[in-house]
Amino acid sequence: MSLVLSEEQELIQQAASEFLKEQTPITHLREMRDSEDPVGFSKALWKEMAELGWAGIPFSEDVGGAGLGLAELGVIVEECGRTLSPYPFLSSVVLAGGAIALGGSEAQKQEILTGLCKGETLLALAFQETGRFSPWAIGTKAEKAGDGFRISGEKLFVLDGHVADHLVVAARTSGSSGEENGITLFLVDPSTQGCTVTRSSMIDSRNAARVALSDVTVTSSAVLGEVDRGAEILNAVFDRATAILSAEMVGIISEVFERTVTYLKEREQFGVRIGTFQALKHRAAEMFCEVELAQAVVLDALRALDEDRPHASRVVSAAKARCSDAASLITCEGLQMHGGIGMTDEEDIGLFLKRAKTAELSFGDAAFHRDRFARLTGF
Amino acid sequence: MPDASLEAFRSELVEWLEANCPASLRPGATSTKEDRDSWQQVYIERGYTMPTWPREYGGGGLSKDEARVLSHEMGRFANWVPVASFFGTSMLGPVLLEFGNEEQKKEHLPKIVSCEIQWCQGYSEPGAGSDLASLQTRAVRDGDKYIINGSKIWTTGANNADWIFCLTRTDPDAAKHDGISFILFDLRQPGVTISPIQLISGASEFCQVFFQDVKAEARNLVGTLNGGWTIAKRLLQHERAMLSGGTGGGGERPQAKKGPVPAPTSALAEAARAHLGEKQGQLADYPLRDRIAQNEMDALCFGLTLKRSGEQAKAGQGPGPATSMFKLYASELNKRRSEILMSVRGAAALGWSGDEFTPLDIMETRGWLRSKGNSIEGGTSEVQLNVIAKRVLGLPD
Repeated sequence: MSLVLSEEQELIQQAASEFLKEQTPITHLREMRDSEDPVGFSKALWKEMAELGWAGIPFSEDVGGAGLGLAELGVIVEECGRTLSPYPFLSSVVLAGGAIALGGSEAQKQEILTGLCKGETLLALAFQETGRFSPWAIGTKAEKAGDGFRISGEKLFVLDGHVADHLVVAARTSGSSGEENGITLFLVDPSTQGCTVTRSSMIDSRNAARVALSDVTVTSSAVLGEVDRGAEILNAVFDRATAILSAEMVGIISEVFERTVTYLKEREQFGVRIGTFQALKHRAAEMFCEVELAQAVVLDALRALDEDRPHASRVVSAAKARCSDAASLITCEGLQMHGGIGMTDEEDIGLFLKRAKTAELSFGDAAFHRDRFARLTGF
Repeated sequence: MPDASLEAFRSELVEWLEANCPASLRPGATSTKEDRDSWQQVYIERGYTMPTWPREYGGGGLSKDEARVLSHEMGRFANWVPVASFFGTSMLGPVLLEFGNEEQKKEHLPKIVSCEIQWCQGYSEPGAGSDLASLQTRAVRDGDKYIINGSKIWTTGANNADWIFCLTRTDPDAAKHDGISFILFDLRQPGVTISPIQLISGASEFCQVFFQDVKAEARNLVGTLNGGWTIAKRLLQHERAMLSGGTGGGGERPQAKKGPVPAPTSALAEAARAHLGEKQGQLADYPLRDRIAQNEMDALCFGLTLKRSGEQAKAGQGPGPATSMFKLYASELNKRRSEILMSVRGAAALGWSGDEFTPLDIMETRGWLRSKGNSIEGGTSEVQLNVIAKRVLGLPD
């Protein structure tokens, strides 16, 4: 597939750009933050986005989805990156929704994905237990109990966990922490006895939660996919999430870069516009190259996953490493070039810095993905 | 999408190759000089060294799609493909097609296609460096000729070239960029002195060239008198595009979905495996492994960026990012790669000559030294950054 947008993708991009600039400019995130909104985004707006077909983009038509790919979803999420829109594409659509689409039974898909596509059901994937991304470091235990399972453990950084109607919980049915085998995915209703969800306050003012599970019992119909083989689903889901998060980062770095170049052209010091200084010119030109490289590799990563290419995971790692490094460079440079004003809460650049850092450290930072790339290439 | 006329072209081409390409040039065979010469002759007659140039100037008259088919089939069919001198094909040719008059095109282009004339580029001057327009070489009109005096430096391949395309000052009183003319002339004439320059890598493709009352035919002035800077700039774009073409990692090749998939390989990682060994299936030196992965990913991203830019151009979405970015990134990437290769090889990388070092060791070491020039020649990296800042980002002067 080509690295330029198709006509359909361009239409999606236009619609997303207009809608998000209108409905969720950065002031929207600020309002949610300053009012300590208990949800963190507007459920009504999410319903509107779903009605535009966005929540169902990657799902099949029989559950109400659009049957499109990550390439199309990436176009929307990139625009979310430009406006810092805190909507649950990653948590509900890609992570938990993706796990259900890949591993769920027909009944599970009909029951949950239909509501997701309508914008009525919110989901979250509870897998992480350590700070640094380490996908198989799962100690949460699920033991056989009657005809079901009893789950105990604690999950961190569960994206949108505080508002999820259903949790997908990764727990260990065999093996020990660090092993890829022995993980099972369960659908858990967060209101079940023993399940406590506490919202975390994060630098990006977005939504994550801590989920404590204390002898939470579920029936065997809550198993997603096969017992002990949850990692197969998670591997695919993490690849998709990593690529989609990279698309959001492309939106972030493009926006920060453009704002910074505009600032260099306008701001005057020492009697001249600061964009005349070669020290800043060269750094701006380097940032331009970083943005171009990130855009190209992310487009290819999304397409590689959609086409189920044999080495798609390699491109995904290249994309995430590139975006993580570029996001760090560009948001730090953007802030530096904005000078003192960049340090103020009033200026948006700091909000981009915080969101970029969150994205950088999620689903593996640049070093994690260089290691993964090396392994996948055989060295 | 298989295009019927393109497929017809392909089958005709294959038929022609079957009939004309000597057996000794087919894959697996060992070619002979006679066969290469005769094959080159046939190939040139079809205009295939420059397949997309018009037939009236000696080219192949093919569309871009047909040229891609030609390149693909040639890669499959023959283990040796005749190529014309790249200064003629990649730099002067496109400029003549755009700015040359009919007489100049008819005179010079066919001889580029046929490899009859080797060209070199007279741009840089001693003391001027990246400041190309500060040139001093003078051309003074005398009847139907220009008389040229001055010196050019970093002239790649001048010692093997027949002709030069040269920036000369034709109006010393005009503003720096306004008094320059673009003139073609024969290097094999009295008054031309060519001295090769030795580089830190030991050898060099560069020369300094001196002109003392050298003559150019007035009809070989390209474009307008004193209007040479426009042509010079356009030629630099072709040069940057050319310089950035070879070092990218390229996107992943399309592969069939079924059947065993060969693991991707990395030449850098292979070298590291040979020199450093492995621990539990991974390169034993973790920090170097990290740097290698970074370089490989950068090359992948760069290849995809080139590919995307090409597709954008094809889809008519503007010129994409400036060729300056490609020149800049290809140079820096290649330099970093050479640095990593030196670290990987350790003491084996320090040999200059002698039997205790393999020819590959010595080649790679000298390659590292030579790579330092990547970000200096063809406009330094700093010049490329200036071009991006000014032309792409529109930052103020």
